[in-house]
Amino acid sequence: MKNFVKALRLTLVFCVFLSITYILVLWLFAKVAGPNGGNAEVATLDGKVVGAANVGQQFNQNIYFWGRPSCAGDGYDATSSSGSNKGATNPEYLAEVEARIDTFLVHHPYLTRKDVPAEMVTASGSGLDPDITPQCARVQVKRVAAARGMNEQQIASLVENSIQRPFLGLFGTEKINVLKLNIALDELDNKKRQ
Amino acid sequence: MNTEILGVILQIVLMIVLAWPLGKYIAKVYKGEKTCLDFVKPVERWIYKLSGVNPDEEMDWKQFLRALLVVNLFWFVWGMVLLVIQGILPLNPDGNIGQTCHQAFNTCISFMVNCNLQHYSGESGLTYFTQLFVIMLFQFITAATGMAAMAGVMKALAAKTTKTIGNFWQFLILSVTRILLPLSLIVGFILVAEGVPMGFDGKMEVSTLEGQTQMVSQGPAAAIVAIKQLGTNGGGYFGANSSHPLENPTYLTNMVECWSILIIPMSLAFAFGFYLKRRKLGYTIFGVMLFAYLVGVGINVYQEMNGNPRIDAMGIAQDGGAMEGKEVRIGSAAGGLWSVTTTVTSNGSVNSMHDSTMPLSGMIEMLNMQINTWFGGVGVGWMNYFTFIIIAVFISGLMVGRTPEFLGHKVEAREMKIASIIALLHPFIILVGTALAAYLFVHAPGFVAQEGGWLNNPSYHGLSEMLYEFTSSAANNGSGFEGLSDNTWFWNYSCGIVLILGRFVPIVGQVAIAGILAKKKYIPESAGTLRTDTATFGVMTFAVIFIVAALSFFPVHALSTIAEHLTL
Repeated sequence: MKNFVKALRLTLVFCVFLSITYILVLWLFAKVAGPNGGNAEVATLDGKVVGAANVGQQFNQNIYFWGRPSCAGDGYDATSSSGSNKGATNPEYLAEVEARIDTFLVHHPYLTRKDVPAEMVTASGSGLDPDITPQCARVQVKRVAAARGMNEQQIASLVENSIQRPFLGLFGTEKINVLKLNIALDELDNKKRQ
Repeated sequence: MNTEILGVILQIVLMIVLAWPLGKYIAKVYKGEKTCLDFVKPVERWIYKLSGVNPDEEMDWKQFLRALLVVNLFWFVWGMVLLVIQGILPLNPDGNIGQTCHQAFNTCISFMVNCNLQHYSGESGLTYFTQLFVIMLFQFITAATGMAAMAGVMKALAAKTTKTIGNFWQFLILSVTRILLPLSLIVGFILVAEGVPMGFDGKMEVSTLEGQTQMVSQGPAAAIVAIKQLGTNGGGYFGANSSHPLENPTYLTNMVECWSILIIPMSLAFAFGFYLKRRKLGYTIFGVMLFAYLVGVGINVYQEMNGNPRIDAMGIAQDGGAMEGKEVRIGSAAGGLWSVTTTVTSNGSVNSMHDSTMPLSGMIEMLNMQINTWFGGVGVGWMNYFTFIIIAVFISGLMVGRTPEFLGHKVEAREMKIASIIALLHPFIILVGTALAAYLFVHAPGFVAQEGGWLNNPSYHGLSEMLYEFTSSAANNGSGFEGLSDNTWFWNYSCGIVLILGRFVPIVGQVAIAGILAKKKYIPESAGTLRTDTATFGVMTFAVIFIVAALSFFPVHALSTIAEHLTL
């Protein structure tokens, strides 16, 4: 019984010490030093918020670069993150990938199978992957340019400029944030029309 | 050289290099020697006073265990109540509802045993209140429980002959104030600066470029992510755990989070050597663990970077490796590294979906948990290794015809019985659980269908999903082949029971062994003593672990992961 009372008192002390004090310290730090005062960082177009910078969103239109297949809810549902959890030999899963390849080729008729990057036909872990590899963007350039009636070369160089290098140039992967790329694309397009 | 592989190497080097000084520091903390963090002493005194703990009170091993078990029982009640009534508590901007009884039972036990088997999804299954006052609180205090138990064992083994093994409450509090909290703050600051959310607003509503509405879950994630990694708990703030771009937004955060998983378990292996002033023994233990870890890392990084042969057969460009269930910013190599790191420890957080890793990677992930001694959970992993040292001492003693002794104390029948029970319990609960599930799946299809069919994958991989779930529960790991639809009556209760057995039977047994050994008469080392700090003895321990722990699982792997690999 003595132990039980100690347990209760200690738990309450820890609640104050950890669940409140520790949280407040980090919360205040986030208010000051966090990218968006503690909320998810946002990306803007013409001053208007168009998404969370680190959270992928659905792109289906031909005028945009597309992200990876998503199994979060009905696709890029940022309230229910999830992967497909399909095993490597699951026949149903392999058929699904096969279908995605066909669909991708229909939208990009200028590609052959060996040009299709695996990232574009496999679902990400969270279903909210904000990034694609540089190669994934390069293969889409022609479609986007045709849909927008823009110069292919110009879009290709936009893609190259959007590549985020590995950490310190040495560690990790190269990637492109799809949302940021599409925002840059819209900005470029808008400037031209003015 | 490939930048992904360089990233893996850097992460491992940073762990090892920093574990050494941290191990030295931890030994000092538990010994009560001077450290650089002595300025928190007034806070500790205040905690002792408010909670009625007398830090000078010495406990024998039975009192020590009684305190440990009572406080855990209390936490169970605490968690159960809060989880069920969370819907009406404050800090619930998204209006989430209370958990059902069987779900709360599973969640509560899962976090009480410092596991993180999550049969709910963080975004909808918890409120900000329960995230902080149940999940995060438990992530601190249950990690501290494991470390306190190890501190007791170290104190017992360091003494020549002693009845007492230290004060459980004091070790518990010191683990939080001196080790877990300072490290969590450092990691938390980095995560916040890199863009992990840390606020209390509800979901963010954005209108996307294509004009659709997207709701984005957020909340006080950074604080929870820091401690879930450091305390080898692993319970994700979001459903997708550390593969979620808000929980793990950059390669830097990925490195920091992966480092955080292993840093304390690695340090504790060193700390043991420093505490007992037997550095060589500490290094030997560390060496064996590191060897096993690196073998696993090699296999998984290779398997994942190599990609899925079935996808290769489709004739597309699979340059980035097996990317199903992985994120582009993290990549397949860092995914493979993490999958081993999180399973050798009892962490269980993931940055890629284990269900979609290659079959052999899945085998390594499961073997790590089935062996459960390579670094392991904070405190408890080292203690599992200690159990096997006792067995190895006994066997080698018999082989060379010497009295089995460890650190100047005779190892006799009673300790051996306890050690054997612990060593055999683990395969027993995993295999019996899996067998039961497999039996029901075949012979009670009506029941399984009523529970939603359980499996997400057919054939060999389906068996792997069930095996993984019980393995992860018994090892208190908490990662999963998440395709298994496990928020059901059967899985919540069966895993809950396995979780409790897998946590408390070993802790009780190991503290008891240490307590019993410590009470025995001290025998000074002589030429006739079997030396335990040599490479030979390290190899011996490795062999015992491999034979007892790994080979018990060979038949079931032959039917699941290996069979699947052969059909690739």
